Amino acid sequence: MSQAGPLPIGIILGVIVFWLGIALVGLAAQRRFRLVSQVLFPLGGAGALVLAGAAFAALGQAPASLVLPLGLPDLPFHLRLDALSAFFLVLLGGTSFAISIFSAGYFRQAEGTPPGLLCLQYHMFLASMAGVLLADDAYLFMVAWETMALSSYFLVTTNHRIPEIRWAGFLYLLIAHVGAIAILLCFGAMQGFQGDYTFAAMRQAHLSGFWASVTFLLALFGFGAKAGLLPVHVWLPEAHPAAPSPVSAMMSGVMLKTAVYGLLRVTFDLLDTQLWWWGVLALGLGLITALYGVMFAAVQADMKRLLAYSSVENIGIIVAGVGLAIVFRAYGMNTLSALAMTAALYHCLNHAFFKSLLFLATGHVLHATGERNLGKLGGLIHRMPWVAIIALVGTLAIASLPPLNGFVSEWLLLQAFLFSPDLPNPYLHMLIPSAAGALVLAAALAGYVMVKFYGVIFLGRPREDKLAQAHDAGNWEKAGLLWLAAGCLLLGIFPVYVIAQLDFVTVDLIGRALGDTAGKTGWLFLTPVAPERASYSPLLFLVVIAVGVGFTYWMVRMFYHGRLRRGDPWDCGYPAQTPRMQDTAEGFGQPIRQIFEPFFVIERELPTPFDGAPRYRMTTRDRLWHWVYLPVARLAERMTSLVAVLQQGRIHVYLMYSFGTLLLLLLFAR
Amino acid sequence: MTQFAQIGVFNQAIVLFAALVLFTSFIMLAQTRMLPLIFSFAWQGALLAVATALVAFVSGHSHLYVSALMTVALKVVAIPWLLYRLTLQLKIQFDAEPVRHPSLLLLGGAGLVIFSYSVALPVVHRSGLATRNTIAVSVAVILIGMLLMIARKKALAQVIGFMSIENGLFFSAVVSTYGMPLVVELGVAFDVLVAAILFGVFFLHMRESFDSLDVDRLTRLSEARDSLPGHGEAGEAPESHP
Repeated sequence: MSQAGPLPIGIILGVIVFWLGIALVGLAAQRRFRLVSQVLFPLGGAGALVLAGAAFAALGQAPASLVLPLGLPDLPFHLRLDALSAFFLVLLGGTSFAISIFSAGYFRQAEGTPPGLLCLQYHMFLASMAGVLLADDAYLFMVAWETMALSSYFLVTTNHRIPEIRWAGFLYLLIAHVGAIAILLCFGAMQGFQGDYTFAAMRQAHLSGFWASVTFLLALFGFGAKAGLLPVHVWLPEAHPAAPSPVSAMMSGVMLKTAVYGLLRVTFDLLDTQLWWWGVLALGLGLITALYGVMFAAVQADMKRLLAYSSVENIGIIVAGVGLAIVFRAYGMNTLSALAMTAALYHCLNHAFFKSLLFLATGHVLHATGERNLGKLGGLIHRMPWVAIIALVGTLAIASLPPLNGFVSEWLLLQAFLFSPDLPNPYLHMLIPSAAGALVLAAALAGYVMVKFYGVIFLGRPREDKLAQAHDAGNWEKAGLLWLAAGCLLLGIFPVYVIAQLDFVTVDLIGRALGDTAGKTGWLFLTPVAPERASYSPLLFLVVIAVGVGFTYWMVRMFYHGRLRRGDPWDCGYPAQTPRMQDTAEGFGQPIRQIFEPFFVIERELPTPFDGAPRYRMTTRDRLWHWVYLPVARLAERMTSLVAVLQQGRIHVYLMYSFGTLLLLLLFAR
Repeated sequence: MTQFAQIGVFNQAIVLFAALVLFTSFIMLAQTRMLPLIFSFAWQGALLAVATALVAFVSGHSHLYVSALMTVALKVVAIPWLLYRLTLQLKIQFDAEPVRHPSLLLLGGAGLVIFSYSVALPVVHRSGLATRNTIAVSVAVILIGMLLMIARKKALAQVIGFMSIENGLFFSAVVSTYGMPLVVELGVAFDVLVAAILFGVFFLHMRESFDSLDVDRLTRLSEARDSLPGHGEAGEAPESHP
């Protein structure tokens, strides 16, 4: 570790102030569309890049702290930049750079919120996320956390004239607040009745097993509500389709990761002990969430809902990794714990890149065609080759195919699972391998979902005539997408280098690093634990794939027809064929819907054979609505109706209340 | 308690007027017709002004004279006149509202007086002011004003009750600390005037939408009795005519 300097934290603070400044300029110039889109958003992106650079420089340094004379009297804001914060700040900066650049070309005039206000909300959102990551006391953390929730709420409801969008925003805000209450209580339990809410004091405090467990459960629920863990995941598939695409990308790519950050911060940094059953709980919850998310993604017909459910799945995988890290840590197997943690962190980074990329790509498709429904898209690879090829990179990455980045993290996580027989607990011997099976199932289904996503949107023939007018991305949008695609590729090809950086985090939290073993055989091969056990070389994969593809292409050109021929596809003997006869999203997802039928509430309208204009409609809904949310809502209504007895509408009764209160108070104060 | 013989004449006069103020409160509690109610309110203001002036004379705080003048201007002239005009305008000057159990109400008032004496006891023990014996009276005026508001149905009576509470508060400020700073008193007086005007507007609207000044008609503002919870805003009910 090199000498700690105040420089990186100062730069990061400067970027936050810079973002707030941009936000204010946006507020001042509300209607000046060109200024906002062509100047302010790129400037914000530049700030993000600076932030990422400073955080990257801080990764290897000792923690730096700063006390700001802001906040309430005697309650200043404490900031601290350690490896964990720095890692997530790199994630924030690296992703939001691309999203800001993309946004410069994305937002159109006259879409709901005026551009200046959008700029204000967007940059407030960025600054508050950086604030969450830098906070070193519960007070600043909660302030930044709530600012983040509020600013993202306003971003989600950009098109607030549509009732469904207002409803989605309400749901998001509701769950965000329930989660925030849990987090607040978690901090309250953690300070151990000292009354000191700085994280430094919480690190010192020693909690009994009971209170530590309470803290962990509250943190898991509170941060899980933000991240989208079961059963509080329902806001994601509502809010993501409602929000503009860069906002979805930001929320899915970065904001969900702040929740993971909070969970890691509380569990590994602020609490001094970890119990093994916490890890099992997180692991189980994460895997169920992953399976649930991917199952629902498979049956969606709305491309942004599909991606939202896919986010649920990925968060499940990340939380499963965190859970595994807790289990290993609780049994003192620190190296394996570091392995699981590295996998989880790596997946955070990967998900930020590929999910942002896919959300931005769907955003462009949405703008170019005006359609979110997969059933009305298709064949877009001819109309927008740039977007199609870049989206292909993201699709392959999220389907976790080598040599892209998604594969590395899931492979690492599976490696960690395979070490579970070393655990000294006989039940876990049996449980965790089956959990590994669930993880593989989720990963395989994710591949299936992504084939559907890409195939239905970009391949085949256009299902609607208006798709012929679709255009390719502008320069700003291309730049943003390219950055993310390059990130996916580089993160996949140089895992040894990435893990060397992640080691700073695991050393800080667990005290072990993978670097010595992971890169033992040089930079080419990734060997997480030992070379003889498992190794992976993405570059070799890339070379083999490239050579194979190139050779096949050459062979086809040389020995086959030698020229490109376009003709009608094989028509299966049908006399007439229209684009609407292609496989649809519903059709593609049908096997999954059949297999996992008990999980869905399916409403289908099948037309009769005599219907002149037949329409087929199908909606799939979440059973949890009936099992969890509606009972809770009904209970809340019943309780409020009990309180409503107080509200009689008679002024006399109200006066009686205050009169009685006054008399009572006088009686007691006497 | 101090023996009355030890108190000076003027202090005795203050206690006398305080008693008269309390007496007017009881009159208001029992009075069911509108115009006499307004007149008794004006009388209360007048007595209050005299008591304030006496306190000013005894204590030598000259700013209390201003307060007394203000009381005369507002509570003896302006507000009663506003209410009087409103009564004529709404043609309710001959209305009398039936009060159920009037004797019980007066007994309740008496109970409140006893209660305020017991409440004011610690303050009286600690206070060194010449007027400390009347603190309990001022608290009783406040509480009886509230009782008036609770017991009556007509909006006008409730306004009178509200103003009478304000009288009590003013009186307690005068007798327990020789009055609030003049700025505060000016502000409060202005507020009361504004409140009176607002109430006037409110009456007119109420008359228009309910054809009555019974506040009981406002029960339709309750959310619980019509419509399922969570559906629609029942609070907008007064828009529709009965």
